Amino acid sequence: MRMDLIQPFIGSLDAVLAEMMRAPATIADLAMEEDGYRCQGTAAVVLFRGQIEGRIILDMDPAAAAHIASLLADSEVDPSDPIIPEAVCELANMVIGNAVTQLNDRGFQFKVLPPSLLKEEQVDKAGEDSEATILSFDTKQGSVRLNIAMRYLARRSHDQTPVAVG
Amino acid sequence: MKQFEPLTRKNDAQPVRYLIVDDSVFARKSLARLIESFGGQIAGEASDGVSAIAEYTRVKPDIVLMDITMPQMEGIEAVERIVQEHPEARIVMVSSVGYQDNILAALQKGARHFVQKPVKPDALYEIIRYVLNDDGVTAGASQEHVR
Repeated sequence: MRMDLIQPFIGSLDAVLAEMMRAPATIADLAMEEDGYRCQGTAAVVLFRGQIEGRIILDMDPAAAAHIASLLADSEVDPSDPIIPEAVCELANMVIGNAVTQLNDRGFQFKVLPPSLLKEEQVDKAGEDSEATILSFDTKQGSVRLNIAMRYLARRSHDQTPVAVG
Repeated sequence: MKQFEPLTRKNDAQPVRYLIVDDSVFARKSLARLIESFGGQIAGEASDGVSAIAEYTRVKPDIVLMDITMPQMEGIEAVERIVQEHPEARIVMVSSVGYQDNILAALQKGARHFVQKPVKPDALYEIIRYVLNDDGVTAGASQEHVR
């Protein structure tokens, strides 16, 4: 897995959680996905297309998801409240959008699709030509996981220097 | 929530009217709270580009806060269509996806400014004030204050 493609997502999740929760998130674990992914909480998935293709799953423990929903709603939200999935989608939108911004500004051209709620508990392994990394972050309210599966299809636009001929 | 010196329209001193366009109900609620803290009024809401165009024509807001990544029609295309029909439209893009090409495309289609999510209230207030003052629409609120 190319860490230069992963790092913006780590930085973005850390920055967005710190901004919203007013507390730092620490990386607790990093692993490669081997046999698919089993969601442990409420999860949103974002697909992206272009020079980099793939998907990212943001999976939050119930207490962490309820806390984010409370912050977004500006009122207390119970862990069983049906609006929590919407809050997780919005957080995914912010985290992934900020990371995609950094990658695009570095010359990787791709776009993201709107986030959607992941309904399956078990997600199939990423394709043979993709690598998937699972990052786990600890917050005071519980764990937040990012499952990043991507394949890199082309060189960055500013890497494509013209070849001198003649 | 921090309160700001209210932004009002110059011609009639009425609150500035906003149209909020975002597919996330949380984002719309969050922006609505900020707008209220700016002394503004929510004229309408839309959750995608197609309904944003219809809603703009219906409510004729003073300013539009427009997301980019949305289902059906993305924000940049909606900006183009709204500005084609209403060249006076004042649209501020509010999105987590803020790379240069995206910002440039939005500005080329007629957006006036760009704010990245998560939105910082002070930054949004200053940008709205700037965009509205640019057309002489608002009474110039020079300093924010806590009520």
